[in-house]
Amino acid sequence: MNGPIEFRLNGRAVSIDAHPLRRLLDCVREELGSTGTKEGCGEGECGACTLLIDGCAVNSCIVPVGQAVGCEVTTIEGTGHEGVQESFLEEGGTQCGICTPGLILMTRAWLEACERKGEPATLEGARKALAGNLCRCTGYGKVLASALASRRGTS
Amino acid sequence: MSTRADYASVRTLEEALELLQSATERSALLAGGTDLMVEFETGRTRPDRVIDLHHLDELRGIGEEPAGLRIGALTTCTELLESPLVCAYADILVAAADEVGAEQIKNRATLGGNLGTASPAADLNPVLLALKARVRLASSAGRRELPVDRFLCGYRETARRSDELIESVVIPRPLDGERHGFRKVGTRRAQSIAKLVLAISLRVVEGEIRDVRAAAGSVAAKTVLLPSAALELEGKAPNPSGLRESWRRAVKRDVTPIGDVRSSAEYRREVLFRVGTSMLIQLTSN
Repeated sequence: MNGPIEFRLNGRAVSIDAHPLRRLLDCVREELGSTGTKEGCGEGECGACTLLIDGCAVNSCIVPVGQAVGCEVTTIEGTGHEGVQESFLEEGGTQCGICTPGLILMTRAWLEACERKGEPATLEGARKALAGNLCRCTGYGKVLASALASRRGTS
Repeated sequence: MSTRADYASVRTLEEALELLQSATERSALLAGGTDLMVEFETGRTRPDRVIDLHHLDELRGIGEEPAGLRIGALTTCTELLESPLVCAYADILVAAADEVGAEQIKNRATLGGNLGTASPAADLNPVLLALKARVRLASSAGRRELPVDRFLCGYRETARRSDELIESVVIPRPLDGERHGFRKVGTRRAQSIAKLVLAISLRVVEGEIRDVRAAAGSVAAKTVLLPSAALELEGKAPNPSGLRESWRRAVKRDVTPIGDVRSSAEYRREVLFRVGTSMLIQLTSN
């Protein structure tokens, strides 16, 4: 009763044969090869699998792919080097790397939200925006420094 | 296992209500998925059918009407906390929505999902109880409206029939001088299941306390009103020691929390007492 599932992934139209309740995370990794999206807890707690749906950050481990139909999905592969990734490299905001794609996408969503609302991107704002992304290596100091350093790269 | 369930995504209310006619107790209505997707994956919930409401735009939107503020069931926490109308009617619903979880969760979790799941630890439900909100249910047989305290029946149980869906929630216009308090206690600020949620609405008119509605989550099998709070507090002058004793009696009479993996019963009762006392003192001072 369910046809192919169609949406856009990083600007490209895609169509996959999957049950609509399959996790978006699995579809992106296994059907579409975007393995930059990582799985952490698998229950929406850690933020490792964060990706953007129409610019909005979600935990892809708890989004059924059927809800992405017709949407623009952005993974780490689609973010390019527009400043956020460089900042994480320069400021040392990454160590083992599992949480990094999620952190970079969340940082991007945060910066875009600040711009949309006309609010300044502050340290307090970064703390709140990134609160759902757990990192067991860095202690967050360098993650926050990276997020703040990203401000100059976007816009 | 979940991925084998019969699935339908609906785009109109008419289509949804027609499908719901043949739904059973085991059918699941899917909104933001923040709770159900985990339930499906772990096998804790094994639905015979999943009706996905995500694309049902008729259940979105926030607007004023004579009865108060109507909030569509699929309104997300992010939408709640960015709405000036919600802020004007229900400042504590904004505060609660902000504490539901991290940004990623707030972008998906919905008001209707919070109600429909009916977790005793739900963050928004105590606020809806304190603000006398009403739930609007729709089925092909018609519509009905229930106060939230009658809608929430027990542990993850509601008055929703299997042929119904939650269409919207209506929050009445606040009374003159109505004051609201909200507090969630959890282990982690961004993303935790509540150890306690407390919401209080009251007024102070001519030096006496009136119109008290206190509701708490995570202290019983369902989100509960504390009816003794109104009995104990209404008509009294707002002095701190009196408030403390009245609230202590109300908590003792109305709430018998359980101890579980997140907190002991004693902890929950003591925190409810302390958080409530300071909230009452703050709400009744000028």
